[in-house]
Amino acid sequence: MPEISGFSFPNDVHVWWSLMIVMYPYITGFVAGAFIVTSLYHLFGRTEFKPVARLAMATSFAFLLVASLPLQLHLGHPERGVQVMVTPHFTSAMAGFGILYSGYLAILVLEVWFVWRPEIILRARRSRGLRRAFYAALALGTYDTGPQALEVDHRAITLLAGLGLPGACMLHGYVGFIFGAIKANPWWSTPLMPVIFLVSAAVSGIALLVVLYQVVSRLQGRSPDQPCVSALARWLWFFLILTLTLELLEIIVMAYERSESWLIISELLTTRLQFSYVTMQMIVGGLIPLILLAVVVLMNRYLHERVRNTLSTVAALLCLLQVFSMRWNIVVGGQLMSKSLRGLRSPYEPELFGREGVLMAIALVAAPFVILWVFDRVLGIEEREPEAGSGSGAPEERRPAAAAGGGVHAA
Amino acid sequence: MAPKSNALPVLQSDPARPSPGVGRRRFLADALRLSGGALVLLAGGSAAEALAAVQAPHPEAYRWDEHLYAYLIDTTKCIGCGSCVRACAAENQVPDGFYRTWIERYVVGMEQTHVESPNGGKDGFGPIQVGFTATKSFFVPKMCNHCRATPCVQVCPVGASYRTKDGVVMVDGERCIGCAYCVQACPFGSRFISPVTHTAEKCTWCYHRVTKGLRPACVEVCPTGARQFGDLKREDDPVRRAIAQDRVEVLQGHLLTEPQCYYLHLDKEVR
Ligand code: SF4
Ligand code: SF4
Repeated sequence: MPEISGFSFPNDVHVWWSLMIVMYPYITGFVAGAFIVTSLYHLFGRTEFKPVARLAMATSFAFLLVASLPLQLHLGHPERGVQVMVTPHFTSAMAGFGILYSGYLAILVLEVWFVWRPEIILRARRSRGLRRAFYAALALGTYDTGPQALEVDHRAITLLAGLGLPGACMLHGYVGFIFGAIKANPWWSTPLMPVIFLVSAAVSGIALLVVLYQVVSRLQGRSPDQPCVSALARWLWFFLILTLTLELLEIIVMAYERSESWLIISELLTTRLQFSYVTMQMIVGGLIPLILLAVVVLMNRYLHERVRNTLSTVAALLCLLQVFSMRWNIVVGGQLMSKSLRGLRSPYEPELFGREGVLMAIALVAAPFVILWVFDRVLGIEEREPEAGSGSGAPEERRPAAAAGGGVHAA
Repeated sequence: MAPKSNALPVLQSDPARPSPGVGRRRFLADALRLSGGALVLLAGGSAAEALAAVQAPHPEAYRWDEHLYAYLIDTTKCIGCGSCVRACAAENQVPDGFYRTWIERYVVGMEQTHVESPNGGKDGFGPIQVGFTATKSFFVPKMCNHCRATPCVQVCPVGASYRTKDGVVMVDGERCIGCAYCVQACPFGSRFISPVTHTAEKCTWCYHRVTKGLRPACVEVCPTGARQFGDLKREDDPVRRAIAQDRVEVLQGHLLTEPQCYYLHLDKEVR
């Protein structure tokens, strides 16, 4: 039995939404965040993101495939989970998930197909036997890679990216809405919630790509394209500033208003959540990467490549921690406080094993990387044909020297 | 495990008894209902639901549109004996450590307030020492308020939580997926996920009893009359009269959930 300080309603001492409900927004956050990066390239013409655009799309896709699992795992009756899709109750914020999820999945699958179509066709042409049949099936019978067809592809990709961006934003903003629209819980109930979720999703998505890009480049024995690294750092910095501002605003407004719940919320933040909120979310995951990224962005031209890579990777890892702590503090924190607004329960410790345990959470985070690996095996994440071999990494980059040439230095 | 059944109005109808209005009209009506049921089936509903659609408005059955229930609690009368909590647990097989109804004790001074509800008040309350000068003390029975604008029903993703025509908020245990969204959405802490059924459970005002004309178990056993159950559709109902004429209060009125549990003499300290 958890320990209570103050008075809790007797049914209010349980943490019903456990680690899995922390993982759920964390994982969908990567989906939305990574998609925002691809959109910066496909929609907004930020060519500096070209080196990570495909990686970002594949990442978004991989995380989307597991995004509904934590929800499913958390249900008291997982076997009835499909009812949310089959007989949704439309006044429920949660029922929207099925629709948004499948809609976004459809868009993303289509977009992935268009982006990788030339690759699929190439592989179909090159292989034989079963493999050939497999790729032929993936190609859906069209082998046309002429300039006209590619032009059509390009337009389809832009259109899908145009649909996908609002889709991704809604998918995640809506996750924030699930919490923000619960008037019973003053720690959740704020219209800022969907916005906070959305910008912190951008933080987590970009941060993940910063790290992934470094890792992938190392694995391929190339040095990461520096304009891309600094662009990622700049956008990460921007979204981190936004996130921290909004997260602080939420608290400051509550404190200044002296809302009836502030007494208990301030106690919650300074006692039960002191480590995860003050230390992790605000200082280690907030302030420190903020400074590191400021260095990367403001002193960009003076930084050595190594320093830039290291600083931005460390900052990104801390940002990943920040976002996780934020999810934790919202989801779990909100349940440590009784709705009587008079009591707090002892901190919640997730179990290790079991359906909603720590190992399962780790498996959930690991799964997308396995999917990415398979993806790379089957389709190849990087665009290899014309560029990779020729040694002029990205011809349309503004600073092409960094791409292939840099690899030699690093290696 | 009979008490949880939501299909009671169905069970009450007696198909063997001939009804007065049998005729072509009746036949047509039944046929219509039957096709309605078939539609429900086609739309993915369960067979039980389709059956309910066919059978529910049987003339002899309990008519849920003829009642509208409300609950009245006089906090000055409660002595904290906990009989209601025990009766509820027995009547509804409430798992240990969870409460469909509970009692809170308030010990209030000019500067401080002490609130407690050990084991939901199930074992009554012993003498108490507080570290301040208490100026008043009282007990407050709590339970699901059967809100009219209920956030719990609103958020249920599968429609397992619903409000009946006679004003009772219920959970369909066969449909509930155990997501706990309703538990989060109830501002009063009235719901829990049962460790036995893994579905949401809460006070039903003993719907299985009231549809037979009995009173809820807690009302039945309350020795002081602190708990009263009434029907707003009956002109002469004492609860109706109290709500209409006395100064009554509801819990957390600012949340606008329109509770249908009314309180007499509620203190400012009670949330
Ligand atoms: S008290 Fe809670 S469970 Fe009961 S109807 Fe109101 S919101 Fe729903
Ligand atoms: S726990 Fe059951 S009744 Fe409550 S919202 Fe989820 S499905 Fe509906």
